[in-house]
Amino acid sequence: MLEVTDLVVRYGQAVALDGVSLEMAAGEMVALVGPNGAGKTTLLNTVCGLIDPAAGRFRLGGRVAQVPEGRQLFATMTVEDNLRLGAWRVRDRDPTRIYHLFPQLANLRRRVAGTLSGGEQQMVAVGRALMAQPDLLLVDELSLGLAPMVVDTLADHLVELNRTVGTAILLVEQNARLALELCPRAYVLEAGRIAASGPSTELSQTAAVRAAYLGGALEEAS
Amino acid sequence: MNAFVQDLLSGIATGCTFALVATGFVVIYRVSRVVNFAQGIFAVLAGMAAESFLARGIPHPMGEILGVLAGALAGGGVGLAAVGRRNTPPLASLIITLGIATGAYALLILIWGDQPVSYAGIAGTTHAGPIRIQNQFLLVIGVTALTFAALAAFFGRTYLGKALTACSSNPHAARLVGIDVRAMSLIAFVLGGALGGLAGVLLTPIQPVSFDSDVDLAINGFAAAVFGGIVSPGLSLVGALVLGIAEAIVAGYFIPSFQTGVALILLLALMVWQATRRRATEQEGT
Repeated sequence: MLEVTDLVVRYGQAVALDGVSLEMAAGEMVALVGPNGAGKTTLLNTVCGLIDPAAGRFRLGGRVAQVPEGRQLFATMTVEDNLRLGAWRVRDRDPTRIYHLFPQLANLRRRVAGTLSGGEQQMVAVGRALMAQPDLLLVDELSLGLAPMVVDTLADHLVELNRTVGTAILLVEQNARLALELCPRAYVLEAGRIAASGPSTELSQTAAVRAAYLGGALEEAS
Repeated sequence: MNAFVQDLLSGIATGCTFALVATGFVVIYRVSRVVNFAQGIFAVLAGMAAESFLARGIPHPMGEILGVLAGALAGGGVGLAAVGRRNTPPLASLIITLGIATGAYALLILIWGDQPVSYAGIAGTTHAGPIRIQNQFLLVIGVTALTFAALAAFFGRTYLGKALTACSSNPHAARLVGIDVRAMSLIAFVLGGALGGLAGVLLTPIQPVSFDSDVDLAINGFAAAVFGGIVSPGLSLVGALVLGIAEAIVAGYFIPSFQTGVALILLLALMVWQATRRRATEQEGT
């Protein structure tokens, strides 16, 4: 579904991605964890075609859509307009199936997106990306700034979507615990390079990952 | 009283042409974040082109429509130069439009000379009781009202209109869903050119245009646009009508050469009042 090979991205002199390789099969759910500034968002935006890589390449096996960090809604427009605009690249602009997925949004369809709660806005962001009928969904910081219960609900929706529709999902998270729990396989990105990869269960046992992202030592002490 | 009402109507008609220029500013700025200094040129070009078409025997309203198309074409050209290249910084785009506006004088003088140009609009007057209204004024007001209704329907109801609004609401998100913001900016420039052109063909029969008539139109249009934060066509219309009416009254009852200055000072006062009110409501909100 996605094959990234030796990808290099520069912003002027700064190197954001320094030879990143990554692979995802169709229908797979993969986590990408790493600290702030590791290049996670850069990788997503490159795969979405918003940034031109300086070197390396990537191959997409289908349509891609992104749920961006900070939701990035059309804040002055209605929920329904946000959803419909998500279908810019496809023919079917009917948001009904999104309302089936998130029944809450059906009641909010005429509301201006910027006035919704954080969780509701994240639903719109996910819904807008799904309107593009993606084969690969890139989700950037789903949990950021949301209450744990809201995050759980949204995460359940993503897992269900992955299981029933078969949409491949690349989940980018600073909340590594959540990401490793949801996705069977994961990559760790650090300073523009893949620092580790493998099955999530193994990765979460690795001392380095535990110390850096799961607050392992501290947690066990408490 | 009679004369006053007639001044008022002529002010509304002039205000309408300012409103069309202002909406051109708004449409372009909202999508591309560029203040298009060449906005007044579209009106002058369209007015002069329409005069040439009409003089060559092309009938009304075909001559005027061709004039508006010339404005739209010029809008597309300015758009290509200003935002056609990827990653043009907004400040560079703004300077490009300023350069084109200045350079256009040479072209306009080359083609139409440096004398004012005009043509006959709709002849005759309509009598409403004791009040006599020039039909051309009614035409200007009617066409402007229709244009604003059409714009509201375009931006509020059509998918393309909403995509244009999306570019102004969140350009990054627009790119994410696959909207080509540069292409949308070009569409906005074409639309802005047509709106400026419409102002020009409506105004030329009332007020002959010369190559540098764009300054007056652009200043008034821009002031009206700023009244709505350069994003609201509705508030721009209000600002433009205030300017048009104020200018007609100053010209009719005080000193004609002060008309633009007085009108702009009035608008400035309104904007200061608007700003203090906004701050007051914001403070109440916190």
